Amino acid sequence: MNKEQDWPLYEIFIRAKSGLDHKHVGSVHATDAAMALEHARDLYTRRQEGVSIWAVRSADIVASDPAESDAFFEPARDKIYRHPTFYDIPDEVKTL
Amino acid sequence: MYTQGLDSLGKDCLRDETRDGAALESRFQARVDAEEKIEAKDWMPEAYRRTLIRQISQHAHSEVVGMLPEGNWITRAPSLKRKTILIAKVQDEGGHGAYLYSAAETLGVARAELVDQLLAGKAKYSSIFNYPTPTWADVGAIGWLVDGAAIMNQIPLCRCSYGPYARAMVRICKEESFHQRQGYEIMLTLARGTEAQRAMAQAALDRWWWPSLMMFGPTDTDSKHGAQSMRWKIKRFSNDELRQKFVDTTVPQADYLGLGVPDPELAWDEAAQHYRFGPIDWSEFERVLAGHGPCNRERMEARCKAHEEGRWVREAAAAWAAKRSAVAMQAA
Ligand SMILES: [Fe+2]
Ligand SMILES: [Fe+2]
Repeated sequence: MNKEQDWPLYEIFIRAKSGLDHKHVGSVHATDAAMALEHARDLYTRRQEGVSIWAVRSADIVASDPAESDAFFEPARDKIYRHPTFYDIPDEVKTL
Repeated sequence: MYTQGLDSLGKDCLRDETRDGAALESRFQARVDAEEKIEAKDWMPEAYRRTLIRQISQHAHSEVVGMLPEGNWITRAPSLKRKTILIAKVQDEGGHGAYLYSAAETLGVARAELVDQLLAGKAKYSSIFNYPTPTWADVGAIGWLVDGAAIMNQIPLCRCSYGPYARAMVRICKEESFHQRQGYEIMLTLARGTEAQRAMAQAALDRWWWPSLMMFGPTDTDSKHGAQSMRWKIKRFSNDELRQKFVDTTVPQADYLGLGVPDPELAWDEAAQHYRFGPIDWSEFERVLAGHGPCNRERMEARCKAHEEGRWVREAAAAWAAKRSAVAMQAA
């Protein structure tokens, strides 16, 4: 058996219905973008789970590094004043 | 799942030996203990990665090989309705294989490599698919019992510590219920039919009962690495717990059909609120797993043949894509 190479990998994102964000659902292998969409349709929307599909070459995705995530997300950690609960407002004051 | 605890039959688990590794490993275990999900690029012990690759790929192979026993009946389904249902069911199983290969790939293994392992006979898949489907009733029994056992195994996997596997399992579990219900409906139709149809249903139950119980894997006392998988929260219940649960839910379903479970020792234990069942023939399980079941060779031949006969399609698609991108490059 001679070894076959996998076709390029595409990450698949599906919008379940209009008004919702596309959500990552998995991946498919395909020779090109058109085939990626068809495979994604056959694989991930057999029961009308989507009205729109995005396919992105996995190799083209830029991701933050989980090993660095402490440092990477550190700037937001001490800024609790960005949350509404940081502020003391008397109970008598309504709709604030 | 169809992996029937096969993961526990594989290589022993290794520990990272460096002190650094030990610190990383204890942080990893703390995350698992806190029910945090582990994601693809997160640090994980090598043994955890290997265990998952083995389990997920065996599971994927099982879904793919699992298309064969039922596919055998697509052209001979008794009505157009049953035929379209069966096609949809078999197509789902192919889809389950694809979801799972996709999850396995997030661990850094190529899908082609996993498929090669299967075709070369080096990978395991669930022993259940090495049994024949001589009658239409077998299609009903598979949906009811085999998919039923799979559901029992798969529901806890939806909470598996590895995120991509857990998410694939959620998707799969949503589809399995249809599989089990259509199978039971076939059995119900036969059980309410003629004497010959009832006999056919009973014979299928007789064939599939014990192999279905074996799907849960070796008994806990013989399952070597079950404890590690539990600690890693890959597994949530032991093989015997799941098997018991399956028996408890399935026996009343058989009663409703008016069919008999082929186990003279089967009895309701009022005190324990469980069915007690007779001993499983583990030598049969080992034999089938080792490649000597009724259809092991046939299944692998069919799989290899399909792969070879599809080769020209894959090559043509790749050639077409290469040509198109060359044309696009020239135009640019
Ligand atoms: Fe399945
Ligand atoms: Fe299924």
